[in-house]
Amino acid sequence: MTTKLFGEPVRRREDARLITGRGRYLDDLGADALAVAFVRSPHAHARIRDIDVSAALDVEGLVAIYTWEDLPGALAEPLPLLIPHPALTHGRTAYPLAREIVRHVGEPVVMVVARDRYLAEDACSLIRVDYEMRKPVVGVEEAAEAVHLVHEDVPGNVGAHLVQEVPSADGRSAREAIEAAPHTLAFRLDVERSACMPLEGKGVYARWDADDQSLRVYSSTQSSTSVRMAIAAKLGLPLPKVEVIAPDVGGGFGVKIVHPWPEEVLIPWAARLLGREVKWTEDRREHFVSSSHERGQVQYVRVGFDDDGRVLGLDVNILHDHGAYTPYGIIVPIITATQLLGPYKIGAYRVEFSSIYTNTVQVTPYRGAGRPQGVFCMERTMDKIAAHLGLDRTEVRAANLIQPDEFPYDQGMIFQDGRPLIYDSGNYPEALRMLKELIGWDSFPEMKAAAAAEGRTIGIGLACYVEGTGVGPYEGGHVQVTSDGRVHVSTGLTSQGQGHETVFAQIAATELGVPIEKVSVVTGDTRRFGYAVGTFASRAAVMSGNAIALACRKVREKALRIAADALEADPRDLEITDGVVHVAGTPSASIPLATVAVLSNPLRYAFDEEAQRATQFAGGPSSMDRPPVEEGTEPGLEGRDYYSPIRSTFACGMHAAIVETDPLTAEIEILRYAVVHDCGRLINPMIVEGQIHGGVAQGVGGALYEKMAYDEHGQLLNASFMDFLMPYATEVPRIETAHLETPSPLNPLGIKGAGEAGVIPVSAVIAAAIEDAEGIPIDRMPISPSDLHHLRLETG
Amino acid sequence: MKPSPFEYHAPADLDEALDVLARVGPDGGKVLAGGQSLIPLLNMRLAAPAHLVDVNRVAGLDTVEAGPGGVRVGALARHAAVERSLPAAAVQPLLGQALRLVAHPVIRNRGTVVGSLVHADPSAELPAVLALLGGSVRLAHRGGERDVAAAEFFTGPMESDTAPGELAVSAFFPALPPRSGTAFHEVARRHGDYAMAGVAAAVTLDEDLRVTAARVACVSVGPVPMVVDVTAACGGSPVAAGGTGPDWDAAAAAVRDRIEPEDDIHATADYRRHLTGVLAVRALRGAADGAAADGVAAARAAGEGER
Repeated sequence: MTTKLFGEPVRRREDARLITGRGRYLDDLGADALAVAFVRSPHAHARIRDIDVSAALDVEGLVAIYTWEDLPGALAEPLPLLIPHPALTHGRTAYPLAREIVRHVGEPVVMVVARDRYLAEDACSLIRVDYEMRKPVVGVEEAAEAVHLVHEDVPGNVGAHLVQEVPSADGRSAREAIEAAPHTLAFRLDVERSACMPLEGKGVYARWDADDQSLRVYSSTQSSTSVRMAIAAKLGLPLPKVEVIAPDVGGGFGVKIVHPWPEEVLIPWAARLLGREVKWTEDRREHFVSSSHERGQVQYVRVGFDDDGRVLGLDVNILHDHGAYTPYGIIVPIITATQLLGPYKIGAYRVEFSSIYTNTVQVTPYRGAGRPQGVFCMERTMDKIAAHLGLDRTEVRAANLIQPDEFPYDQGMIFQDGRPLIYDSGNYPEALRMLKELIGWDSFPEMKAAAAAEGRTIGIGLACYVEGTGVGPYEGGHVQVTSDGRVHVSTGLTSQGQGHETVFAQIAATELGVPIEKVSVVTGDTRRFGYAVGTFASRAAVMSGNAIALACRKVREKALRIAADALEADPRDLEITDGVVHVAGTPSASIPLATVAVLSNPLRYAFDEEAQRATQFAGGPSSMDRPPVEEGTEPGLEGRDYYSPIRSTFACGMHAAIVETDPLTAEIEILRYAVVHDCGRLINPMIVEGQIHGGVAQGVGGALYEKMAYDEHGQLLNASFMDFLMPYATEVPRIETAHLETPSPLNPLGIKGAGEAGVIPVSAVIAAAIEDAEGIPIDRMPISPSDLHHLRLETG
Repeated sequence: MKPSPFEYHAPADLDEALDVLARVGPDGGKVLAGGQSLIPLLNMRLAAPAHLVDVNRVAGLDTVEAGPGGVRVGALARHAAVERSLPAAAVQPLLGQALRLVAHPVIRNRGTVVGSLVHADPSAELPAVLALLGGSVRLAHRGGERDVAAAEFFTGPMESDTAPGELAVSAFFPALPPRSGTAFHEVARRHGDYAMAGVAAAVTLDEDLRVTAARVACVSVGPVPMVVDVTAACGGSPVAAGGTGPDWDAAAAAVRDRIEPEDDIHATADYRRHLTGVLAVRALRGAADGAAADGVAAARAAGEGER
């Protein structure tokens, strides 16, 4: 019997390859390609008066130097604004190479092609750019005052302004509800900037085939299909003449869904122009100053609530720091505004955000994508309500939770996919009960008292979130069974280490009834699958997983039809087990799937023994009354299908932590970290836990370590791993997890996304636990020992 | 992040190394040993020496020699080798106490003790150890050598008293008198990071367990390791288990007054000053406890000797 693989902790099939150095990352390719380096702006805001390349021309091995003036046609235009929105009235994007004005440190100004990267950097160091300095705009509040402008034609530095209102059931606005509420609170919250920081930076490698007039591009991207379309458009090439492949990608976390990056159009352009292979591999310093950041927000909150802590009205005003450009639209603040609601029924809600330009690196989604900020806002609010009323923090949350019988639950807003914010399923009270049990919430007061008796300070905190996952519009899957019995699965979206080779194989093996060893998976290769959206928004398993399942069901149906003919049986009586089609209960009446694959493709020519069985004189099962390939069918045992959801599916999680703070040094240590997680049916619990662990690790970074330290000149002071502090394994606590499975009714597999989950509530959880330990409001994250020391002095 | 062009030299012995350095030193030659600081500086083009003199092939520089007077560490002795040296630990335990705090094992496997001293980062542990113990660095040049005391060797942040053409061939970490103890306490943002503040302490007691000498060296709170003699502040109370003991708080106050911390992105000057005081108490107390134990051991050894 075939083991049912869906839901099993199958070990990751890609790991042996990846951890023994056999991965093929971007820089492993194109060893003989020319190398590219960029002269990037050292200033946050300046006008380019002159570029003098003369000193660089003598560098041995120099091939070409390009500035904006060299760019032809569409390449000379600003890069696309990928996701327009009516509220984004002043969207602005960069040019591939700066045109006259630079708006952040790190913006590319000159592109140098040379025999290798050393020489390219030598040439860069000899190019003199004459800048006329302009006043840099740094800090979202300073930017909102608009004393100086980032873009001359964007008044107030406001790229977008959006107000969303959800009235209460009795028709009151949020502000009216707050005025009328028995209790009100008002406060300000701050979340710092961070960034994705994948181990592998970006990279592009392009090969132009002059004879074939075709282009092959490898990019460390989260969306090869869309990069392909962008390159074809920018270079004026026919789409079929462009192939884009995402090789092994060493992490993305959102930064690689932005496209086309300047380098993704410039490197292919140069490869074609020069008739040479050309490659650019981003280094870490470039990644800090010329990719993307996220998270930075200031939030002003007003809330009205009743004696039980039920929120009657919530009014949030967000200043969102968008950096210098808005290529990804206003997805991040939209997600903050909508996902802020979490698992709660809020009486009336008003949220307003202003997306503000600053002379800093652009802001685009980073794992969690605006949710950590929204959850920080809502969960700090819940804790403040509890403190104000003297209630247990879990009681206040319980009073506000959406109940299991209230699904589907309409939050009355429009989500990031342009569709209604309707939660499909969930069991929030049960998740809260499980979390309290897992962390030992009810017995914590004794633990705290015992610690205090030893002179130790400990605290506990929790936070809850709901995450819209699996956003559309669609993904596809293609499944082919070949005459050797192998099953070839492909989907267009890309992989950055999530374990797609494993989970998609589990789905295919389960659906088709074949051993997983027979299944291979290809992702992110436009030669194999040309239609896709990309990997982001915790969508890959939901979207491609379901598409692959649907494609497998087509293959299975066809296989059973062909096998039924061969076995002279009713297809409804057939099963597939271990790659063999057989009559249920009669194992002897069987035919291997490999043979079915042979029979599915009527042949004139035999090329091996297996193929002989499908040739025209072999006496196959086909009737003489019907054509070999019947009307409405295709040769081959393969299927292609797409999954396009009506709207997102909503996963949920609740985290709790116990922290200890040193009374003297103000060091903060996480003693325990507990996670209850519900992403619907689990395809592979081990991979889901891995995703949670990685997410929590990134969340710990955001809570305790990571910030982008810009000075008033717009210089990033910590643009290296020496000073940008990501947690090491030694800073990440052991993570205790429990799973709750509330299937999604929206998709055939009943699954929800899990990729971003772990990171979302961590800042809120840690803030709550420190607040509990210290008795000091924690309204600003991340928090360092130095910060905590000063908070103690201020409140002491 | 690729270095500027440089000429690479790989001398096979000390004479050749000194010859090369005599030739290229005045021309901006840099010595490469463990490379844990130099290579990142080169890659980020923060340093662009015309010559790189790789001394890793020079024989005889990887020694760790422990004698009654102290420990002499050769220029190619890796942190890990010194950390694991039992003779060195027996003579000067502060070396091991400090080295455990230096970065991570992979860095300690490659980085060198002497290289860290020459690099003279005021946040690094080993310059503080050398300064606290009053050790010295031996600098060789073609035709001679000189010993420079720690107090003169560290001249500023990332600046040490090495002249062009000189190679630091060893460093000497003196032993402490009987009834002495040491400790090193620091607080870093993450395990293995440069400390926001750190204090190495050495305490010597008399037979009545009263402090006769107490010194600390502080990292990350000044341009060079900040050495403070706190003997006078410790008071006359003997070190006693469970008792009040010396006035460590007064000693810490003296330390806080002497250091010169500055704000940076990881911590404010005020926090560093506060933290240094906390760590000074912990380090002094730890060192005194060690000294008391050392005294008991010495007394026992002496007693056994009499019998």
